[in-house]
Amino acid sequence: MNWIAIAVTFKLALLTAAVLLVVGLPIAYWLTFSKWRWKFIVESVVALPLVLPPTVLGFYILVAIGPHSPVGRLYSDVVGHPLPFTFEGLLLASILYSLPFAVQPFAAAFEQVDRRLIEASWTLGVSKLKTFFRLIIPLSAAGLITGAVLSFAHTLGEFGVVLMVGGNIEGETRTVSIDIYDEVQVLNYAGAAKTALLLLAVSYGVLLLVYAMNRKVWAVWPQR
Amino acid sequence: MAAALTVDCRKTFPGRFTTAVQLALPLDQPRVLILFGPSGSGKTTLLRCLAGLEWPDEGRIQFGSTTWIDVAANIRLSPQARWIGYMPQDYALFPTHTVTGNIEYGLSDLPTAARQERVRELLALLQLQGLEQAKPAQLSGGQQQRVALARAIARRPQLLLLDEPLSALDAPTRSRLSGELRALLTQLHIPSVVVTHDWAEALTLGDTIAVMNAGQVLQVGSPQEVFSRPDNAEVAQIVGIETVVQGLVVANDNGLATVSVNGTMLKGLGADVSGSAVYVCIRAEDVLLEQAGSGITSARNHLSGLVTEMLPQGVLVTVTVDCGFPLRAMITRGAREDLGLERGSTVVAAIKAGAVHLVPRSQ
Repeated sequence: MNWIAIAVTFKLALLTAAVLLVVGLPIAYWLTFSKWRWKFIVESVVALPLVLPPTVLGFYILVAIGPHSPVGRLYSDVVGHPLPFTFEGLLLASILYSLPFAVQPFAAAFEQVDRRLIEASWTLGVSKLKTFFRLIIPLSAAGLITGAVLSFAHTLGEFGVVLMVGGNIEGETRTVSIDIYDEVQVLNYAGAAKTALLLLAVSYGVLLLVYAMNRKVWAVWPQR
Repeated sequence: MAAALTVDCRKTFPGRFTTAVQLALPLDQPRVLILFGPSGSGKTTLLRCLAGLEWPDEGRIQFGSTTWIDVAANIRLSPQARWIGYMPQDYALFPTHTVTGNIEYGLSDLPTAARQERVRELLALLQLQGLEQAKPAQLSGGQQQRVALARAIARRPQLLLLDEPLSALDAPTRSRLSGELRALLTQLHIPSVVVTHDWAEALTLGDTIAVMNAGQVLQVGSPQEVFSRPDNAEVAQIVGIETVVQGLVVANDNGLATVSVNGTMLKGLGADVSGSAVYVCIRAEDVLLEQAGSGITSARNHLSGLVTEMLPQGVLVTVTVDCGFPLRAMITRGAREDLGLERGSTVVAAIKAGAVHLVPRSQ
């Protein structure tokens, strides 16, 4: 098994989930509580990665961060090397690719929080921001974990976006799914099978965790 | 001008109705204002406007020298900035927090020692000791109500807003807790606005009652005034109790209480102990009129008096009998003719003890 590819994959998935946990929360909060009538435009943008072929998404990201774009130029001026075909570039692509897998469960969890509890908190003099951390986050814990775990699992298995944006650089951007593809290309089915089984086991384990957790109702809902 | 809470607001609910409310509650002498009316009359909307959870379309709310809302001047004070205690109808206790966690939720600005002291005070005041670490789901309805109340008053609010504080409870608990709540409101000395659709609750808790229907305030007055002397037929229909007089329990024999009303003795059902002040409430349709000198009936109360007023209302006539206090009876036109009732006739009013409702009041 290619342990280096496995390490890169897990590092990428963990960082993606962590960043989405931070970035996804305000987006989900805004999507849930905003009364802006054109909100659906943003909702659709967030959901785009669900339906776009990864190669299309990867292509646009590649163009957007490439040396010919302002963002790409700014990055290479500041950091000293271009963004595409690096781990950082791959991380950025993964974050965008997994955005709906984090934001949608977050928003669904926020939606479930009883508005009267939030109002009660406000009347007790607690600001909107503090209410978010003291009340909304604990009440939507299961949904937040679900979103983080799903984006982690989704990143583990991504292929098209990695190929487009990250390429296939050992120790930097070669992930498990690329490694399996390479093994099959050189007809090393035994090697591919081992890695594939590992990916299957981990993905299944992670999903087991999500479903088991959402089944278990720990007191997150007001009793009537 | 004395400090007061003044409300002058309009809010339209498309397809339903427009609420237009003008109210004033003096603040220097804390009083309990009851918003009374059937469901859908706009009581809760008004309370939520006071809490800052809903915004009127036009108008203003002034609390003492502070403007809470002035739509024209674009002033909208957030709920956080109003320093109120708000208790929604089903309490909205935080399920993730313990009893202590709920009570101290709004006290995070206090230093730890002061906060713990305040929580201890409230646990004692509302008899919640021993439940500190319980989660709301583990509490009975009455306990949840007391936790919600403790949480609402923890910050010593300048205005207390209670939405149907007792309606989530079963009937026996409700009647027990309404007395406790009245005592607590008196003790707290905080101006309060209480929403209710229950007339017994309104009489028990209120110093002033505002009767609401379809978004309008129809009448404001003392409980007795509003119930006994409704301004118009609409108010009379909403309050539904034609006779409300003050009485004093003089004896109680296993729940059959004897009440003195201006010297007239009445039997009624109630657990009130001897010496307690009550409102005696009787519906006009529960009063039977008979000619003086007729036989014994199962009714426990036979009050003889003079007819002072007769008001025809369709096939019915509302007859007022002066039997030491004005008692209203509702009879048919036919019954009136059979009895030959005229103004000044002597008549006996019979009322079953079960139809004489006793509601505790402050003396």
